[in-house]
Amino acid sequence: MTSFSPGTFTPAPGRGRLSRMLLTQARTEFILTLRNGEQVLLTLLIPLGLLVALTLLNVVPIPSPRVDNVTPRILALAVMSTAFTGQAIALGFDRRYGVLKRLAATALPRWSLIAGRMLAVLGVVLVQLVILGAVAFALGWHLSPPGLAPAALLILAGTAAFGALGVLLGGALRAEVVLAVANLVWLLLVVAGGIVLSVHTLPGALSGIAAALPSGALAEGLRTALVAGVTPWAALGVLLAWAAGAAILAARTLRLS
Amino acid sequence: MSPSASSAAVEVCGLVRSFGTVRAVDGLDLLVQPATVLGLLGPNGAGKTTTVEVCEGFLRPDAGMVRVLGLDPITDSAALRPRMGVMPQGGGAYPGVRAGEMLSLVAACSARPLDVGWLLNVLGLTGVARVPYKRLSGGQQQRLALACALVGRPEVVFLDEPTAGMDPQARRLVWDIITSLRADGVSVVFTTHLMEEAEALADQVVIIDHGRVVAKGSPADLTSAGTQRQLRFRARPGLDLGPLGTALPEDCRTSEPRPGEYLVDGLIDPQVMATVTAWCAQQGVFAEDLRVSRRSLEDVFLELTGRELRS
Repeated sequence: MTSFSPGTFTPAPGRGRLSRMLLTQARTEFILTLRNGEQVLLTLLIPLGLLVALTLLNVVPIPSPRVDNVTPRILALAVMSTAFTGQAIALGFDRRYGVLKRLAATALPRWSLIAGRMLAVLGVVLVQLVILGAVAFALGWHLSPPGLAPAALLILAGTAAFGALGVLLGGALRAEVVLAVANLVWLLLVVAGGIVLSVHTLPGALSGIAAALPSGALAEGLRTALVAGVTPWAALGVLLAWAAGAAILAARTLRLS
Repeated sequence: MSPSASSAAVEVCGLVRSFGTVRAVDGLDLLVQPATVLGLLGPNGAGKTTTVEVCEGFLRPDAGMVRVLGLDPITDSAALRPRMGVMPQGGGAYPGVRAGEMLSLVAACSARPLDVGWLLNVLGLTGVARVPYKRLSGGQQQRLALACALVGRPEVVFLDEPTAGMDPQARRLVWDIITSLRADGVSVVFTTHLMEEAEALADQVVIIDHGRVVAKGSPADLTSAGTQRQLRFRARPGLDLGPLGTALPEDCRTSEPRPGEYLVDGLIDPQVMATVTAWCAQQGVFAEDLRVSRRSLEDVFLELTGRELRS
């Protein structure tokens, strides 16, 4: 009767290898980010433009050598754009499109729904570091070698903090609301959160607030590490606190659809 | 001896699930034996999707017992999910993902998946394997969702409106697949609005409304409940049916549902047929399109769930 030979669909269920599931999910989401024009604008083109503009144009008071002081902030911006804004928006729309439900119906463990996303985010951050670093070097960037290890730690902690905040936002609200809020928060943090203007040049109370924000902590921490070669423990602590707080909240508020 | 409930593929007892003040499912029972197909019918908002999502472990029941392959969909989720195939109603892929990428991702979650290239080909998706999900037609998206439900070689599959938005060719293909699944030992639960689909595929049909089962049985049982049949014919409108009613046995009802269309409901046997044609001869009318039919599943469905439009 049917056009399928007997045994075609004979059940043979089983869970895939965990590492394979996780890596396939992360690779898929990594490729999707790089293929998405708006995501590339947000994560690469805007940081690149700002890196070049802030280095070459004297519009914002920045100590010399300008490129050494600009680059750490742009790296912080890149991490924030990918882990927070880009990730929240993608998560909001993936929920809308039933992706989380789809994956939650497979053998993939629940925790890896988010772990896979974080791996993809780390991959994108790595691509950003390579491209932004190369352009910064071309602009004459000098970094302090002892600051490399602390900078790597800061980037991991910053990715965790912004990633958890991104999941918190993108995992709870409607996609359109996520889109609006994620962009607004991004803009506020770029202007007043210690990214374009350093924490020290912000007026009065804003300076203290910005230093306690993940944006200010990451930008200032990276500058301390890469310019002075010192480990900025306070900034690291701020980022880890944001990561833990947001992760605990997000675990309670994340919805699949 | 009838197969015991403990070996059932799906067992639902007294399921209740509310959303706010609305009781979407209100004391529902289901039993699906292994390697059989159950069709879940009901008007919009009857509780079909809620029932299926509880079985899939996406919704927690407020009350009642749910077992799929003997496992609790919530507490035994990790053990159950690899053995279960799920086709949700709409969606289920990243907007920008290519059809082939999505199926490969779901396949990677299984130990012994079906061949992705073969499955794409069977479902007519090879030509669009590199097309992003959001650019696929509704029918193509549905076929990809079906592929994702089947690729892990599950023991039980839940298909929520599997043929919605499909053209007739694709619908036939899905019917073919569901028939093959059952033949290969897979248990299938599907929801549909198409009576034809339920009649063609389901071993057992369950009609639900307002979250309760209003009828269940094989399509044949439901449509030939007793030996109820109908005799229909067309003739001049406005005939006096009184004398015919008197001439017919007591359990036959006569009516003119639309001007010129006559209906005799009841136990239609050759004697009844002779009475009707004799009466027509007396009236001097020629009965056109005279036919005896059993009730269709749609008749049963509309009888049970009413004819008014649901929002």
